[in-house]
Amino acid sequence: MNRPEGGAINRAGAGAAFLATLKRDLLISVKRRNDILNPFMFFIIVVSLFPIGISPESAMLRQIAAGVVWIAVLLASMLSMDSLYRSDYEDGSLEQLLLSAQPLYLLVFAKNIAHWLVSGLPVILVSPLLAYMLALPAEGYVTLVLSLLLGTPVVGMLGSIAVALTVGLGSRGLILAVITVPMSVPVLIFGTLAVQNALAGGSPAGYLALLGAMLAASVGLAPVATAAALRISLN
Amino acid sequence: MTENSQAPRPLLEVRALSCERDDRLLFRDLEFSLDNGQALQVKGGNGSGKTTLLRIICGLNDSFAGEMYSRGEALAANWDAFHAGLLYIGHRVAVNHVLTPLENLRWSCRLHDPADDDEIREALDQMDLAGYEDLPCYSLSAGQQQRVSLARLLLSSAELWILDEPFTTLDVDGVALLENLVARHARDGGAVLITTHHKLALPRLRALTLGMTR
Repeated sequence: MNRPEGGAINRAGAGAAFLATLKRDLLISVKRRNDILNPFMFFIIVVSLFPIGISPESAMLRQIAAGVVWIAVLLASMLSMDSLYRSDYEDGSLEQLLLSAQPLYLLVFAKNIAHWLVSGLPVILVSPLLAYMLALPAEGYVTLVLSLLLGTPVVGMLGSIAVALTVGLGSRGLILAVITVPMSVPVLIFGTLAVQNALAGGSPAGYLALLGAMLAASVGLAPVATAAALRISLN
Repeated sequence: MTENSQAPRPLLEVRALSCERDDRLLFRDLEFSLDNGQALQVKGGNGSGKTTLLRIICGLNDSFAGEMYSRGEALAANWDAFHAGLLYIGHRVAVNHVLTPLENLRWSCRLHDPADDDEIREALDQMDLAGYEDLPCYSLSAGQQQRVSLARLLLSSAELWILDEPFTTLDVDGVALLENLVARHARDGGAVLITTHHKLALPRLRALTLGMTR
């Protein structure tokens, strides 16, 4: 059941190691439910405080809806980031990851995907509901979800670099946010601009394309940087 | 390309290796080689640099001066090939606490030599962990977790084993079991580099003592 299709066992070990790492990280997250629930609940709580704190008037809310959702998503992913490499560092699994004969890029990428699936995807799935609560006009929904789908993996992979750099530090507290937030600002800007553009009747395609370009660049480069950062942290 | 396993060059050769850490010289001009069929025990007091030495050889630590070769080729240029034939068990045992022994080994085997579930169960059985395969590792004792990690020795085809304090949490039976595994590996043409304070009863065991310079 755990073997890849015949023949691929010895030479195609890289693909198998990628899948095994993905599966392992998903399994760990499922078993430690807090990894999934915490960022999710945090996201819902933050967003639902805005109508209470600012104004329940939908005219007011619809102007800030996209920004509020995006900021809450950023904060939620910050919260989930901390667990990314911590336990693997503490129990020695990271050493094994580095000593694998398989390319570290792929293994790190697998960990990033697993992390996004448990922390990013649930938040995106529930975001239309919260956007509705914030009275986001109907023409903004698709763009909001698309921008989140393109933007959250970027934030996750940038965060992964920061986590990898700081994993060896005893208490890192805010340093993670200090490193990650500035790098994430362009994603936030283009994400909210895309939605506002759609609401104004324009086409969000340009901003979404920019987010797509950022995603492509992150997929290509961020795992390389994370891998290098892990080597430094374990030195 | 020195693919030939019968090549005359030793599996691991260390020349003039020095390491300084936090302004303290751990060892200087260390020279040794390790070849197939041999076991080398690294000795030395606490803080003498045993773990650091093993991590340097694995490529996990690069704060050293000196040269290392495998089969005559510099390791620095060839880590991937070296890692393919290496099994390292550090004193952090790489056992995730929420996963079961079976799930842990599925993953760690996949990083090196794929093993199927039957082989893993068989290995766990040999490590005296039959019946614990599907329990989360946080419910196992430290010694049992160490055994989960050591089960990888049975599942690996690596030529070189690097073991850092593998005996610390093992009981008497576990110690005997591991000694047997190490002896068998050396007899079968593998090589073992091991640190321990334990007196090893192995034929043809060589020793390297660190911390003489202090």
